[in-house]
Amino acid sequence: MDEFRAEVAAWLRENRPPEPDFLMPESFMEVGTDAQFNYLRDWQRRVFEAGYLGMTWPKEYGGGGQPQVMQDIVNIEMARQNVPFMPNTIGLNWAGPLILAIGTEAEKQKYIRGILSAEDIWCQGFSEPDNGSDLAAASTRAVRDGDEYVLNGSKIWTSLGTYAKYMILLARTNPDAASRYAGLSYFLAPMDVAGVEVQPIRKITGEYGFTQTFFRDARVPVDCLMGKEGEGWKIAMQTLTFERGASGGQAGGLSMVAVSAADVVELARSAMRDGRPAIEDPLIRDQLIGFLVEEQGDRLCGARARIPALCSERPGAIPMSGKLRGTEFRRRLCQFAISLQGANGARWVGDAHAYADGLWQRSYFNAFSATIGGGTSQVQANIVGERVLGLPKD
Amino acid sequence: MPQTLKNTMTFSDEQSMLLDTATGFFRDKSTSADVRNLIDSARGYDDAVWQEMVALGWSGLAIPEDFGGSGLGLAAAVAIAEPMGRHLAASPFLSTQLFVQGVLAGGSDEQKGQYLPAVAEGSVGTVALFEEDGNWDLLSAQAQLKVAGDRFTLTGVKTFVTDAEVATHYLVAATLAGEPALAIIAESELPAAALSRETVIDETRRSYRLAIDAVDVAGTSVIRGDQARKALAAIRDAALLLISAESAGGIAGVLEVIVEYLNTRSAFGRKIGSYQGLKHPTVDILIGLERARSHVYHAASLLDAGEDAEAALRMAKAEASSSYAFAGDRAIQFHGGFGFTYECDAQLYLRRALWSQYAFGDAAHHRKHLAALLLD
Ligand SMILES: Cc1cc2nc3c(=O)[nH]c(=O)nc-3n(C[C@H](O)[C@H](O)[C@H](O)COP(=O)(O)OP(=O)(O)OC[C@H]3O[C@@H](n4cnc5c(N)ncnc54)[C@H](O)[C@@H]3O)c2cc1C
Repeated sequence: MDEFRAEVAAWLRENRPPEPDFLMPESFMEVGTDAQFNYLRDWQRRVFEAGYLGMTWPKEYGGGGQPQVMQDIVNIEMARQNVPFMPNTIGLNWAGPLILAIGTEAEKQKYIRGILSAEDIWCQGFSEPDNGSDLAAASTRAVRDGDEYVLNGSKIWTSLGTYAKYMILLARTNPDAASRYAGLSYFLAPMDVAGVEVQPIRKITGEYGFTQTFFRDARVPVDCLMGKEGEGWKIAMQTLTFERGASGGQAGGLSMVAVSAADVVELARSAMRDGRPAIEDPLIRDQLIGFLVEEQGDRLCGARARIPALCSERPGAIPMSGKLRGTEFRRRLCQFAISLQGANGARWVGDAHAYADGLWQRSYFNAFSATIGGGTSQVQANIVGERVLGLPKD
Repeated sequence: MPQTLKNTMTFSDEQSMLLDTATGFFRDKSTSADVRNLIDSARGYDDAVWQEMVALGWSGLAIPEDFGGSGLGLAAAVAIAEPMGRHLAASPFLSTQLFVQGVLAGGSDEQKGQYLPAVAEGSVGTVALFEEDGNWDLLSAQAQLKVAGDRFTLTGVKTFVTDAEVATHYLVAATLAGEPALAIIAESELPAAALSRETVIDETRRSYRLAIDAVDVAGTSVIRGDQARKALAAIRDAALLLISAESAGGIAGVLEVIVEYLNTRSAFGRKIGSYQGLKHPTVDILIGLERARSHVYHAASLLDAGEDAEAALRMAKAEASSSYAFAGDRAIQFHGGFGFTYECDAQLYLRRALWSQYAFGDAAHHRKHLAALLLD
């Protein structure tokens, strides 16, 4: 194992791409330019070709057929060396594991290799302009016509929408079903058919990264339906367990740029408040330690989750609260990092006098992508309260 | 960063069995009615239960086999302290463990041989560290040990001496020629009226003031110099670990009380737990519990491995203290008018949370020390 770790470490050192001359996105949800996309896609392909991605996935579909510990070593080493993330996160971390878990043989043959190599980028069509948190209200229609489904409606906040070849799509096949859940179906839908149009949306940071996706009589083959008609809700929920990290089976690799309390400690050494390094201010020291204690607590929860005897009362507590804990921590940490900069906290990316080129300000804004995307923190708190603690529904 | 933090987490089958046994034990022996009955008793705990704990080997579990214990180490005591805290169980377990750790770390072989086997058999020890100024620094005692030939005299006032009434031995922190020192005093050596009970916020605790004037101490009963520093550090480590473990258990206990009420009580035609104003802070309590437990078992793992655990212990205490105080505070509010009553169990937990918060340093105190360890 140590030998393997050393091999991975050496490969990453030798093969990490040179620093780009453009501003990097901070996660797969923020890939907004061709330069960013091509840079990251090349990187994912090289990692895959080196055998460091999808290591646990079956060999016959392009995976490595190896034990999880090997992929864990790679992931840890990637985080340690802070190498770029994988752009095809939706494919690698949720569509892929889903297809492997419940897909047909034909689906596995068709999709898995392209997900790993980044040849086929995937996006997710769940949210709609009028239906977000309340996903079961999705109203995009899919109507069967011979051996095709005809799609009409619109999805929104589609990360990677501009670059995706496929979409995991939740659409309504039966508006008259017994329940609103039973009317939904799940599609592995191609994006390159007539009647599908994507329109980039400008984000809070001023950059691009997600789209609105319009379906106007778009025709897709019937074999794009995953499972049976009416099983869409169940499959969507299973997708979310992969997305929120509550189920394993992901292909590996990073999906975002890490931000740690140690980075903010370093910022506090150089940033000045009241004419002194911020790190000398007793109030700031207290808050920095508060963040370190919290971050370490979450890291230790990860370690404890691997010991069943220490999680027996509520096995779901740590995995199911992971997204809520991690994303809210990041948001507050970035917010705090700005506050260390005194009056200069008000600068933005591109200003000659901004601390760290204004990247903390950008990181703070980008942190909302994860407190909103994938289920908002409020919805996550409902889920933890109801499913882990057994509290009554709203 | 001056110190890198690890994520060691070990938990043996033996510790796991201990945790299971202790969880069932305190669930049975320390119901809410038991806790309330004991509040009104003088001793504060049920001696029959304590004798059962002794018979199970728990009082001596951190004492090496050479001195009559089972040699499981301090980390194993976490598996007792956590469920104790969950059920607000009263016993002299904690006081005794601190006495044991002090003697183990700083005592001579003779001293260990003299005191530890008796503890393993059930006699109670305690520590007298704090004084009227409320300072948490264990190295700045005002109590004085003075040389008197080949013996010493001890003078001073100590406070928050837990379980002093039932203890047979006291480890008393003092200053000897400007240096920290400890005197081991037997109950029989205390003058009458040296002990007076203190009225403390946690009514399940028994805490005493110890006032002594020129008590004679044998030379063989004094721990001084580096040995005293080691003993005080070990007592602090044990206190941080076990109070944090007890607090983690307490958060789990009060969380159960809250969840139960939120699923029972209705207002405006709905169960109150369906209101996010209550549901979401309850999730915050759960998250505090998960983080606190993780810190506690990590610190225990480091101690088990003989590694430096100061940062881990201070983190555990900071997290457990503030999360428990938050949980206790919200427990009152979420019970409405009933929460304001003496009858509601929420107050038992809030009182315990505050006692624990102010024992051996509150969260802010430990963050201040952590800043020196981790930032400078
Ligand atoms: C950067 C980014 C990338 C995204 N990428 C994708 C993607 O690739 N594919 C995709 O399908 N979607 C994506 N999303 C959409 C995301 O999943 C939704 O934005 C999210 O689920 C919230 O839905 P909404 O925007 O409709 O907000 P709403 O549901 O309208 O929520 C508005 C506010 O009300 C709160 N709220 C709603 N319901 C409740 C409740 N029951 N209790 C308490 N509070 C409530 C919310 O927390 C929020 O604060 C992305 C979003 C972002 C920000």
